[in-house]
Amino acid sequence: MTDRALAVVRAGALTTVQDRGRPGHAHLGVPRSGALDAPAAALVNRLVGNLPGAAVLETTLTGCALRPRCAVTVAVAGAPCPVTVDGRPVSWGAPVGVPAGALLDVGPAGSGVRSYVAVSGGVLVEQVLGSRSTDLLSGLGPPPLCDGAVLALGRPGGRRARVDVAPQPAPPAELVLRVAPGPRADWFTPGAVRTFTSRAYRVSPASNRIGLRMEGPSLERARPGELPSEGMVLGAVQVPPDGRPVVFLADHPTTGGYPVIGVVRPADLPAAAQAVPGTPVRFVAVGAR
Amino acid sequence: MNVLPVGDDALLVEVASGEEAEALHAELLRRRTEGALAAREIVPAARTVLLDGLADRARVAAELAAAEVPPAPPRAGRILEIPVRYDGPDLADVAAHWGVAPREVVRVHTDTEFLVAFCGFAPGFGYLTGLPARYDVPRRDTPRTAVPAGSVALAGPYTGVYPRSSPGGWQLIGTTDAVLWDHTRVPAALLSPGTRVRFVSRGHRGDG
Repeated sequence: MTDRALAVVRAGALTTVQDRGRPGHAHLGVPRSGALDAPAAALVNRLVGNLPGAAVLETTLTGCALRPRCAVTVAVAGAPCPVTVDGRPVSWGAPVGVPAGALLDVGPAGSGVRSYVAVSGGVLVEQVLGSRSTDLLSGLGPPPLCDGAVLALGRPGGRRARVDVAPQPAPPAELVLRVAPGPRADWFTPGAVRTFTSRAYRVSPASNRIGLRMEGPSLERARPGELPSEGMVLGAVQVPPDGRPVVFLADHPTTGGYPVIGVVRPADLPAAAQAVPGTPVRFVAVGAR
Repeated sequence: MNVLPVGDDALLVEVASGEEAEALHAELLRRRTEGALAAREIVPAARTVLLDGLADRARVAAELAAAEVPPAPPRAGRILEIPVRYDGPDLADVAAHWGVAPREVVRVHTDTEFLVAFCGFAPGFGYLTGLPARYDVPRRDTPRTAVPAGSVALAGPYTGVYPRSSPGGWQLIGTTDAVLWDHTRVPAALLSPGTRVRFVSRGHRGDG
């Protein structure tokens, strides 16, 4: 094994390899996948001098610990968390040098859900349909990290960024999601449509990379039954029979039969990826662009 | 044709039947190949085609609203043959729904030319149409927690083949060794929308 590699000392609750995903294959039933907080993933790549499409690690709440076998530059951003190298605190949101054999510990998220870890050269797992992303719905891409795994690294390309700490949005205390109505708002009673955009919801702990599930008022249907399966987009707010909306995130199914009451603006989805369970959510109706 | 906006840059085009969706899908693919349509995803489904990642949604919506659904192009291209052992645990139940003997289910299924109408559920899982409506069957009351890869199954108007082991509520009529999905193969999916398929019997339950 080459020494351009990274040993996983502590995989954490759920750490996956992510890049910009594999859009363009929905007609084969392949979800787009990719980093949920895409701006944070792009930032850490920029900080270590990687190309924007390099694969990074996406942690979930509890961080991870890694031991590179060669000297690397790393950067951690997204959900704010303590970062240490061999026990010494180092900067979050900035490029950090890690000597060969040192232990990089990405601590639990102090706020937010997902921290992103870029390593100079990028993580070099096998590509599937042009992407290294783990897709938790379909099982494409590498499995989630496990303790003891070893990940190959690419050759570092560019220079690390010269910044102290890059500015980033804080994880949301209240998640405000702008939503364009339709395409199936007419499957709901007028009262349900008003409820959806006026009442408070909370992020459910059952949320995952497939969807941000909501706790809150149930949305009443104006008609029973299921639609014939139809194509689904990122950000679609699907309403299953229990009436509680689900906002589709990157690993969402490509087709579905439950009606979509509205579609969240893509620009609001990175904040959705950082909303911890219990975060208050408001859906705000906007016109289509 | 009903053209519904979806989010900021997608359109859901709804038509009256599966045949119209097939024809519309073929027409939209033709336009994209010709460079007349810029869309990241063209996703056919039961009665709709989704256009996602449109560069100029307003123009596409106006063009579609003014258009008629084109007639379905003649089906061309080779027919993919999928060998099947008709040994599924629900073959007798399907025969009972149809009111025929299991042997007759095999005859009808192998005499039918299928078309992959759309994909979904899992990478490489196709929804195949072709059986007459009188052969529709319901899903099982209780879905199985694990359906083996290669299971050939029926639900509603569709036939499908499970690309990998997964939970499922379809009626299992047989098994194939064909590899439905292999990401190291080009193309990875054996079945994609528009593929013509015929199932070929390699025997069924009760055969010597």
